[in-house]
Amino acid sequence: MAKAGPASVEFRNVSMRYGAVTAVDNISFTIEPGKLVTLLGPSGCGKTTTLRMIAGLEIASEGQVLIGGKDVTRLSAADRDVSMVFQSYALFPHMSVLENAAYGPLVKGLPKAEAQDMALAKLALVGLKGFEKRYPSELSGGQQQRVAVARALVLEPQVLLFDEPLSNLDAKLRRKVREEIRELQQSLNLTVAYVTHDQEEALAVSDRIIVMSNARIAQEGSPRELYEEPANPFVADFIGDANMVPVTIAEVSEGIADVMIGSAKVKLPARGLAAGPARAAIRPESLLMGPASGPGLRGTVRKCAYLGNHLDLMIETEVGELFVVQPGGRDLLPYGSEVGLSFANSGVTLIPQS
Amino acid sequence: MRPATRLVLLLGWLGYAVIPWYLPDGVSLSQFGWLAGYPFGRAGTAFALALSGTAPWLLPVGVALLAVTLLLGRSESAAVGRTLIWAGLLGMVLFFAQGFAITLQGQGIPWLAALLGGSGAAQGGMGFGAFLTVLSLLLLLCHGLAYRGFCRGDIFTTSSIGIIVLLIGLFIFFPVATILQSALVDQAGAFAPGIFVARLFDSSIWGLGCVTANTNCGVAWNTLILAVLTGVITTLLGLACALLVLRTRMPGKRLMRALTVLPIITPPFVIGLALILLFGRSGVVSGLLYDWFSIPRSRWIYGLPGVLLAQVLAFAPIAFLVLIGVVQGISPSLEEASQTLGAKRWATFRTVTWPLLKPGLANAFLLGFVESMADFGNPLVLGGNFEVLSTKIFFAVVGAAHNQGQAAVLAMVLLVFTLGAFWVQQRWLGGKSYTTVTGKGDSGLPAKLPKPVTFISALVIVPWVALTFVIYVIILMGGFVKTMGRDHTPTLEHYRTGFAVDFSRGLFFEGAAWDSLFTTLKVAAISAPLTAVLGLLTAYLLMRQQFRGRHVLEFTTMLSFAIPGTVLGVAYILAFNVPPVEITGTGLILIIAFVFRNMPVGVRSGIAGLSQIDKSLDEASITLRARSFTTLWRVVLPLLRPALVSALVYSFVRSITSVSAVIFLVSAEYNLATAYIVGRVEAGEFGLAIAYSSVLIVVMAIGIGLIQLGVGERKLGRRSAIPLATSAAQPVK
Repeated sequence: MAKAGPASVEFRNVSMRYGAVTAVDNISFTIEPGKLVTLLGPSGCGKTTTLRMIAGLEIASEGQVLIGGKDVTRLSAADRDVSMVFQSYALFPHMSVLENAAYGPLVKGLPKAEAQDMALAKLALVGLKGFEKRYPSELSGGQQQRVAVARALVLEPQVLLFDEPLSNLDAKLRRKVREEIRELQQSLNLTVAYVTHDQEEALAVSDRIIVMSNARIAQEGSPRELYEEPANPFVADFIGDANMVPVTIAEVSEGIADVMIGSAKVKLPARGLAAGPARAAIRPESLLMGPASGPGLRGTVRKCAYLGNHLDLMIETEVGELFVVQPGGRDLLPYGSEVGLSFANSGVTLIPQS
Repeated sequence: MRPATRLVLLLGWLGYAVIPWYLPDGVSLSQFGWLAGYPFGRAGTAFALALSGTAPWLLPVGVALLAVTLLLGRSESAAVGRTLIWAGLLGMVLFFAQGFAITLQGQGIPWLAALLGGSGAAQGGMGFGAFLTVLSLLLLLCHGLAYRGFCRGDIFTTSSIGIIVLLIGLFIFFPVATILQSALVDQAGAFAPGIFVARLFDSSIWGLGCVTANTNCGVAWNTLILAVLTGVITTLLGLACALLVLRTRMPGKRLMRALTVLPIITPPFVIGLALILLFGRSGVVSGLLYDWFSIPRSRWIYGLPGVLLAQVLAFAPIAFLVLIGVVQGISPSLEEASQTLGAKRWATFRTVTWPLLKPGLANAFLLGFVESMADFGNPLVLGGNFEVLSTKIFFAVVGAAHNQGQAAVLAMVLLVFTLGAFWVQQRWLGGKSYTTVTGKGDSGLPAKLPKPVTFISALVIVPWVALTFVIYVIILMGGFVKTMGRDHTPTLEHYRTGFAVDFSRGLFFEGAAWDSLFTTLKVAAISAPLTAVLGLLTAYLLMRQQFRGRHVLEFTTMLSFAIPGTVLGVAYILAFNVPPVEITGTGLILIIAFVFRNMPVGVRSGIAGLSQIDKSLDEASITLRARSFTTLWRVVLPLLRPALVSALVYSFVRSITSVSAVIFLVSAEYNLATAYIVGRVEAGEFGLAIAYSSVLIVVMAIGIGLIQLGVGERKLGRRSAIPLATSAAQPVK
């Protein structure tokens, strides 16, 4: 079978409606060939529906879906060159590991021997040699996950889809499996769309991330862009933690704004904003704590919790309560202590869409 | 055009041009005398008859096929799809138009017949050729819809939906609509709403003579009273039994479980028959009472008390089966929560257990209510002067009066009652079920019953179980004595009459019952797989496919649950006694009646089975390039095997025990076991009747035993109460 190679995926103004409910509202994006793109968002944001529209399990109500430049909007799942790894793995319980993996080529009409050879190759690739005769119920969660991946890979699809593939694994295993998925994607040069609600997972595996909220795309970009330059308060808060504070832009010159955060003054990239009131996102680790007499904002400790390698603090200031993370084994600060907060060079950014 | 479409077209031409269009008398697959004159005459093909001018109205149907044939070489496109849709649709419209317009001389729809060029002509019932042709037209339509993108372009899905809609329309809707139509016309066939109103409000239906004067009440009231009483009593018995079995350590639990199997394998009237043998004028008990206490023999068993007793005995196990599920479904942790909050046994029962039981009780009541209304056998055997709707319908059709209009009106009243109960069950209870079986592990110990509840339950259960036991002894032993109640000399005479086999000239089934037994088994064996396939396919479409009108289809399938057998029987007689579908008196109508009567069983077990199979398995299969038929065949069906087996066996068994629908449809040539037994009861040959009944029960008990072994019972993974366990509210002393 000739390998088709990775293909791009493109959504053009796609919407999905179930009666009065709009699950996906007029979204457009492109996944380039050979890239891993994550659809990230809280539950109910439409990310799984988007993935299922790529698969062809849902047919878009409006707009166009293109795979490899070809319009597949009305094509059923069986006619698209796309495979999917399901959240529940969806391994056929009445078939052995080998039969599961060989299912795709078999129903495509290939001879049984050939189908099994293809299956064996992919099972070896995911490190499951020797498990062919077992049934899914005789495997651990991680092994089942690999069978699901192998089964999806056997037909060498143009696009591979993952629907929250790690959600049924324990925390330690997750890190390992996500690295394996990333390695596999890069070594086989696959186009992958990956759905998750875990921002850390998304940052770790993705080439690009599409953050979704309320059926729309909130922001799209590389992991670094999303973390350092969130376009709106939702993304700022969803990817990592952020204190959203009201600020005043005193003046803008050459793309650099003089910003008043309460009584403190900082210089930040203007990001297209003009003088006037605005909002800024401050990462908790970018608030540096010092003596009350120091520069920056003055505040009072309201909560302080010890978390091993860092402290979590809530500090009352003139711009509201701020969440602060202090790394290192500091001493706990008693309630009511007076502290000063200054700003690190990164992790403080103006938010263009407030 | 896809290869499947070409195949369907070929099928259509086969039906239109090769296979005889009509169903002439004496059709047989072993003798071919009826084929005389082929392809013209009675056994002619549509093609030949249309071209020779004998039946010109069949020509347009062929034109529809021809239109599609012209597209044979074209590749698949929306335009081809549109042509297929129109050809299929118009072909079917013309097909049904000529079928209904041109029937017997002087019937049908004259203006439409004239329009189609068949003015004054007559034609017989349609046969296999017509069937294949209409099937092909339907499938062409469905393929066209798939080409246009319906159901994601899946031919299998659109075709299945089309076939099921056509079958339900033809074999459920059309007959039931025919009832309505027959109710609205007089004996001569003219439209007469006046007569309809007079029949509907006749005092024989709604009269209150038993309250105001010393006469009989109307059948509607009789039916309602009987149904309410049966519903209440069976529910209470079932509840008592369920509580005892699940919440106490009473002995004989396995025996009680076995009781639930009895109504499935017992033909409904057999209980009534046994009651006659026990309590009739010459019954065993009546005789003992006369001998010992000089209590005069009477006919009290014939009438409301007897029918009620028979129905309670027959249907209480069904209520038990429902309520055992309900009691099991109450999460023990709720009761444990109540106990840790300081409630004693009785307070827990009153404030937690009982409110949670209420929707289940209402459900069990409605089931008993509907079963009682639909029951035909017991009122027929035991009713005496106490008439209910189902028996009155029967006598209106087969009795001396032979009043089809009246039967239709009565059937409508019965249908309205059962549909009403069904509607209440669906709408009112639908949102009120407190299902507390969740996916979470729910381990806890169910609370113990308060003492008074245990005591009362035991008090009602013991006589019930004892009576049931005596009845089954009577059924099994009754065939081995000369005359039950009079002459208890052991004999094999009844079995010899029914089931003698003569080996002297080879194997010869001499007994009188063999014919009907073989017919029954044959018909049941043919209809069971059809029922299972149709039921599971419907369930698959309802559960797994999205299409417009799915809810309508779901509603109609559910509706067919509520159609009493008697109503279906009358409907079939009225609808299928004349062309275009003239199949009364054949074995075919029995098979069709069984398939559509039992289809709900298949649908129900299919839905139950499918809801346990994760939908992502189907989706995984589809994303691996399998089409929906392949998915169904390779993934769903293997996982659905238990549901398939139980659908198969239950529809087989129900076909054997059913009497209400088929008693209208049997003929001398195709007689069924139940109809034969009812005939023997009416002739007073109780010995043979009871012997035959026990043979049926034993045959089916073996069958049910085999599935119970194979399928097993549901496991919820809860701890069972260990003997020393004590509840939180009653600490160890």
